[in-house]
Order: sequence, then structure tokens, then C-alpha cells
Amino acid sequence: MIELHVNGEAHRLDVAPETPLLYVLRDDLKLNGAKFGCGMGQCGACTVLVDGRPVFSCLFPVSSVGARPVRTVESLGTVERPGPLQKAFIDHQAVQCGYCIAGMIMRAQALLETVAHPSEQQIREHMSPNLCRCGTHMRILAAIREVAAQGRLPGAGPQKVSA
Amino acid sequence: MKRSDAPIDQGRRAFLAGSGLMVSFALLGSWRAFAGQENTLGATILAPDLPGDLKIEPVLDAWIKIDARGVTVCSGKVELGTGVRTALWQVAADQLAMPLERFTFVTADTALTPDEGYTAGSHTMADGGTAIYHAAAQVRQMLLDAAAAKLGVPARELALHDGVIVAADGRQLTYEQAAEGVDLHQRAKPVSPDSDPSTFRYIGHAIPRVDIPAKVTGGAAYVQDMRLEGMLHARVVRPPDASAQLESVDTRAVEAMPGVVKVVRDGNYLAVLAEREWQAVQAMRALREAARWRSTRRYPGNDTIHAALKALPQRIYVTTREGNGPVRQSQHAAPDAAPAAPSPATLSVGFGKQYVIHGSIGPSCAVAVYRDGMLTVWTHTQGVFPLRAGLAEWLGLPKDKLRCIHVEGAGCYGHNGADDAAADAALLAFRTPGRPVRVQWMRDQEAAWEPLGPAMLTELEAFADEAGQLQAWRHALWSTPHNERIVNAGRLIPARLLARPVASAPSAPIPQPEGDADRNAVPLYRIPSVRVDMHFVTEMPFRTSAMRSLGGHINVVTIESAMDELAERFGQDPVAYRLRHLDDARAREVIQRAADRFGWNGGQALPDGHGVGFAFSQYKNLMGYCAIALEVKLDKQARSVQIVRAVAAVDCGQIVNPDGLRNQIEGGIVQSSSWTLYEQVLIGEGGVRSVDWSSYPILRFPQAPVAIDVQMIDRPGHAFLGAAEIAQGPTAAALVNAIKRITGHRPLHLPLARQDSPLFA
Ligand code: FES
Ligand code: FES
Repeated sequence: MIELHVNGEAHRLDVAPETPLLYVLRDDLKLNGAKFGCGMGQCGACTVLVDGRPVFSCLFPVSSVGARPVRTVESLGTVERPGPLQKAFIDHQAVQCGYCIAGMIMRAQALLETVAHPSEQQIREHMSPNLCRCGTHMRILAAIREVAAQGRLPGAGPQKVSA
Repeated sequence: MKRSDAPIDQGRRAFLAGSGLMVSFALLGSWRAFAGQENTLGATILAPDLPGDLKIEPVLDAWIKIDARGVTVCSGKVELGTGVRTALWQVAADQLAMPLERFTFVTADTALTPDEGYTAGSHTMADGGTAIYHAAAQVRQMLLDAAAAKLGVPARELALHDGVIVAADGRQLTYEQAAEGVDLHQRAKPVSPDSDPSTFRYIGHAIPRVDIPAKVTGGAAYVQDMRLEGMLHARVVRPPDASAQLESVDTRAVEAMPGVVKVVRDGNYLAVLAEREWQAVQAMRALREAARWRSTRRYPGNDTIHAALKALPQRIYVTTREGNGPVRQSQHAAPDAAPAAPSPATLSVGFGKQYVIHGSIGPSCAVAVYRDGMLTVWTHTQGVFPLRAGLAEWLGLPKDKLRCIHVEGAGCYGHNGADDAAADAALLAFRTPGRPVRVQWMRDQEAAWEPLGPAMLTELEAFADEAGQLQAWRHALWSTPHNERIVNAGRLIPARLLARPVASAPSAPIPQPEGDADRNAVPLYRIPSVRVDMHFVTEMPFRTSAMRSLGGHINVVTIESAMDELAERFGQDPVAYRLRHLDDARAREVIQRAADRFGWNGGQALPDGHGVGFAFSQYKNLMGYCAIALEVKLDKQARSVQIVRAVAAVDCGQIVNPDGLRNQIEGGIVQSSSWTLYEQVLIGEGGVRSVDWSSYPILRFPQAPVAIDVQMIDRPGHAFLGAAEIAQGPTAAALVNAIKRITGHRPLHLPLARQDSPLFA
């Protein structure tokens, strides 16, 4: 049994310890946000936050997460109440197929929680690990810039864990 | 122009003994439609007199159904990430005078929707949107007439408000009430009641896309997100290359792995099914290790592919346009000399392009279940009906026992692994009755097994008089097919791998004026004599098929390079030189608009290492117009090329969703710059060698353009013209033209800016 803290909830899961976090999120917790793109840490479609830091969940063994909180795009808001980045992505219609987008949002979230007013170059360098094949880059950048202009995003803070 | 001797097509030649010309027919827009003929998207034309895709599905209630549950509009087109679902919905909403949320909109399901063939070639709005536009207008009129009879007032005294018909005296009928007793099962009319574009609430407005909220919040949005009760996870093991034969595989150890339900081995086909996804991945890896293969052929490399294209078996399709009349295409049994051109060529230029991949960020995936004699497949295919036909033929099922339902995948940009993955799921589900099966390809499988975008070669000679006026134009190109769609079961990779393989149907190019490898090879410019020789290479070293803009990408690069070179030769501004050769007012307008907005004057003072480039094309000479001006920065030290700013001016007829159009143009510019600057499939003796994103690098954020400005010319009341592919050619050509201005040399091989590019020397 592995204990995993995801989006503020604790889960006890019967999974092989070497299972990449991505498969646990998608298959055991039935979360759609993190996507399988390459399984090799080359595209960022699977990006989630572990303890506030962006990781490639396709490579990250679930047993290495330990007590650190995991956050996926589902934690940022809902269709009815989207979080700041989600709202900015909707406002800018920063989606073509959208397959890369949840990963984009999570990587951007990590930056905006730690850096108050990142420069354009900082944003681009930070987003560099994530690929978008549709070429939605201009809109993704515009959405991130808009949220960045509002100052630092609050982090998840101390994780409220409900079992 | 010198041409290599191409082998002739023996069978055909015998058939038409002695004749050089095999087929010859005038090709001009809609005149091409004949009843019974297949259109270029694999659907059969039944009613050539009707607008758009009403030609292939002329019955109104195939598109619009009204019953007690309300109004349902159906489209056979699919959402590929371009926003067409929303755009088609908008068209229906305005023409039915109903708010979006008040009716149901269903797309691409063989059990429910019209067969509109493939969603491809920028036909969705032009054909599918036009069909809905007219069907909805005609149904609206029928409802008004029925309401008039029911209320005993003239139809012209009735008003439509949000799905309710209102009489002057205040009496109302809902559409459902009005539709009672109305038979929508009738043939559409060639002419529809007029619509007033000024009353549109949706068409022409930047309506937010209906699919985006779920996609940014983790909603179930893709076939990858489907989780059916009792679903098994499957992974396939593919041969190391297309020629490889399975010598041996010991499956016992894999079968004993935790969660493994079964291993499927049939000829060269290998797959594993497991209870859990990660178990399937591990079992796939073990199975791959256990398999012994023998490759039976060697493949050309990146250095030899272009010579190989000239030497491989090929047919020749010649397209001519004389006196700026219609284009004519004929298939030649053997190469013949082009008719004598007026003088030695004024200019010769040619390009080589390497294989590229569609490279969907999400590798192909499908879910299928075989239950009670019915096989259902959820797939991100571009064509549920052609896929169903291929699967039915392959599995020996009647079509009515097979249902293909489109569910979105990652963007595909053409024929990628979608159909093949659907075939994997269909086969494995068919052999595992009662349990749903989800197949997900791995990244390396998508990269190695998707149909590639073809490597190509072009050679162009242009002839001008002393004043620089173009007189003649000779363009030759070499390519494998761009349209290996599912016309038979053999077009599906899994069907080729089984112990009893199905052979692929013979290749055939999409004819002009749409074109295949020769797409956009006929310039829109006024030239008295134009001839394009397409060397259609029928023996493919690598399987290739449709990728956004087909040959248009490299053909526009070639044409627009020639225009720049000629302008320079005659001391003219490139924009002015293009305008001088254009009669089409809409073409002239986008060029002028792009130039004005960009501040093009041919002699900008720019920082060191910067240069500007211009290019234009009308996609397929039939669809949207696009002119692009851009400024590029070449930094040799950093080994980088970046678009500093790009201005695009586009005219796609009546704009349905301006933000959707802008999104497509921005995305097209970014994607085409990635293809043009960085992309090539690495090939070698053993086949495809680039199977991940490090061996096939694409554009990343730091390399994205600094700014893109899209200027849209709206034409209310005009036909919808396809938009999604129009930026691919002009972006690439403008980049090449800008590099020439910076370095003084025209790069003739794509990609331009890989790390080892001579550009940085
Ligand atoms: S799927 Fe994890 S980086 Fe690509
Ligand atoms: S929006 Fe399609 S991959 Fe990014």
C-alpha cells in the first residue's frame, strides 16, 4: 500500500511502487489532467506539481513522492470556477487541440507561485520543457503574461489533507 | 528542362497502346462534380446540383432532426483541435435562429451522422459548413411555412426568436410544435431562402469554443480519457521496420507477468492485453525484448533520399495552364520533353525537403468493444465512415455490425496513427469479446509508424521577357503519395502484419486543381504558359500520407523563391513584382494589406543579422488567401533563427469565428516555422531512426516568434473558404526569402536551421 496526497486528499493505493505517478493519477485516481505524451520526460504533457515543483509524472515513480503533496490541473478550479491561469487560458482561447494544455498550466503555475513578475525571457525559458505541436505558443504566453502581471500566485499553502 | 527517365506504367500503357495521354479533362471548381463520382475526401456525390456536402447527403433530416426531444443538428465532420465543432454549431444556430445551447449538435458517428468522408483538406467549413448553412435555412423556412398554416397567418408575418415562432398577435409555436406533421425526410433544394448576414448573432463573432473549459480543467475530453467498465489495456509491439519478419518470440514469460490477460501473436502482429495500464506497458517491453526479427530491406538515408526519389518507379502527371485558362491534368505513360520554352530560362531554382512527422503530442489511441455481435470503436480518426469500411472489409463484418464514433485525440494535422490504432483496438476487441479494449501507442511507435509527410524535390524554371514579365513556367517535382487514406483494409497497418496480410490498394494522387504532391504547384500569377510535372513515386521507401498542406508547403517555397529572385533580377520590389502578375482582386488585397500593415518598403533599415521576407498563396488556388510578411533574426553565435514579427493578411470568405481563424493562422505560422527551420525524420539503412523528441526536435518556447499580427478580411455573404492550412506555405517561403536577404544566399534544403546547418557557419 502506498499513501499519496493528491489535490488535498489522501489516498491509500495498492500499486506497484515503481509505477510512474502518471498512471496512478490517470488510472487509479481517474484524473484526466495529466496526459501521456512521450513517457520519456521530453514533452511535458504529463506535468504535475510535487511539493510545488513541476515534474514529469511519466517518469516519476509513485514511491518517490512520499508525503509530498501532488497537485494536478484539477486542483486549480472547475469549469464553473476556474482558477486564474485556467481563466486566462479560456479568455485567450489558448487552446487548439488542448492536449498539451493541462501540462502547460501546471508548469506555469509553478513559476507564478515562486516568481512575482517574471520577464518574457524567464517565462519562455521556464516553459521550454513543454511542447505544443499545434503552435499555440503565442496564446499560451499571452495567458501566462496576463496572470503574471497580477503578481505572485498564492501557493497551495500548507496542505489540508482530508482522508 | 532535363528529366531523368522514369519507368513507365506497363499495365496502363498496354491498355492505351501508343497513346501518350491517358486521361485528359478540364478541371474547374464545381464543374468537377458528377453523380456517382467520389469526391477527394472519399465520399460519394449523389446530388451535384446541391451546395456543399448536401451533394453527398442530399436529405435534410440527415442533417437536422426535430422531434419531441428538440432539435438535433448532425455533422459528419470532426473536431481536430481547429475549433470547427464550435464554428459549425454557430452556422446552425444563426440559420435556425436558435441559441447554441438550445439544440444538440452531434458529430461524426457512423450510426448518427451524414457520411462526409474525411475531415481534411480545409473542406470542413467550405463543404460541411455550407451544407449546414443551407440545410438549416431550408428547414427554417419549412418550419415557418408550417407554422403559418397552423396559425392561419402568412409566413412573412411570423418572427423567429430563440427557437420559438411568434405571430404578430403574440401567439407562439415552438419549433417542435411547428415541426409536427412536417416531413424533413426530403431532398434539399439547390437554392435556399436568403439569410441576412447583418442579423447573425454567431456567424462572424468570436464565440468562445465549446470544448475549451473541459480541456483546461481536467474534464474528460479525449479518447485517451475514456474508462469503460471492465476495460483492458493493450499495447502493441511493432516490427523494427516495415519489412521485418518475426522469426521467433517466446511469449510464455510475458503471459505469466502480473495482470497479463493474453498475448496476441498473428504473423508479424504482436500485442499484449492486461488488466492495468502499467502492467500492459511492462508486458509490452518484455514482449519486445523476447521478439526476434529479420529485416528484409535497406532504406535510403537523409543524404540519398532525393536521388532515390528520382530513381524509384513513378508515374507522371502533367498539369498545364495555357493563356491563363483552366488547368488540365493528364497522366503520361512516359516522360516527354516539355514544349519548347521561349528562350533559355531566366531563372532556375529547386528545393529538397526531408520527411517530416505529424508528431501529435498524444500518441494514437482507441477504445473498442465487441459485444452481442456488434463492434464499436471510439477513435480520433479523421474519417469514421472510411475507417468503418476498411475495418468491415478486414474483419469480415457487415458494415451495420460496426460502429465508429469520433472522440477527440491530440491534434493530428493529417493522416497520423489514428486509423491504425483504431484497427489495433478493433482487432483486439474482436478477439476478446465482451471486454472493452483500450490501445495506446507509445511515443516511439507513433514516430516510427505514423505515415510520414513525404520527402520531396522540386525544380523550377521561369522564363521572363526583358521587362521582367513572366512568359512561361516549368515546375517539376518528385514525391511519394500524399493521400494513402483508408480506401481498403490494406491501408491499415495491422492488416498488413497479420499472417494473412491484406495488400494496400494502389496509390493514386488527389487530382488537380486540389492536387497532391503538386498541390499549389500552379502559381496564381498571370503567366501565359504553365506546366507542372508531378513525378508520382509509387514505390514508397517509407509509407507517406497527408500532412497539413501536402505538397503546398514546398511548392509555395519554390514558387515564392522564384518570384523573389526574379524581382531582384529585374530590380523590382518583391511585393510590387507579385502584384504586377496578379489579376485576382482578393489576392491583391491580402498582399497589399500585409505589406501596408508590416510597413514593407523593400528597403527597411534593420539591425545586423535581421532580414525581411514576403510570400503569398491562395491555398489550392481554391481556398483561403494568405500573404505573410515577416522579419527574421539570424544569430550565428547562438545558432538560432527567430521570427521577430510576422504579419499575416488572410481572406477566407465569410468569417464564421474570427478568433478561431486567428488561432489557426497563428498556429499555422508557428507550426510551419518549426517544420521549415528544424524538422526532418532521421532515416538510415534500418529505417526511421528518430523516434523521440530529442532526435526529432521541434520548436520550443524560446524559439517561438516574438509577435504575430493577423489581419482578417471578412466577406459577409461570400462562400466559406478553408483556413486551417493556408499559412503553411507562405510562412515557409517568407522565412526562406528572409534568410536569403540576410545572408545573400538562398538555402535550398529544408530544414534550414538545425544545429549543424551551414547557415551558422
Ligand atoms: S509524457 Fe511525460 S514528458 Fe512527455
Ligand atoms: S494545443 Fe495541441 S498540442 Fe498544444
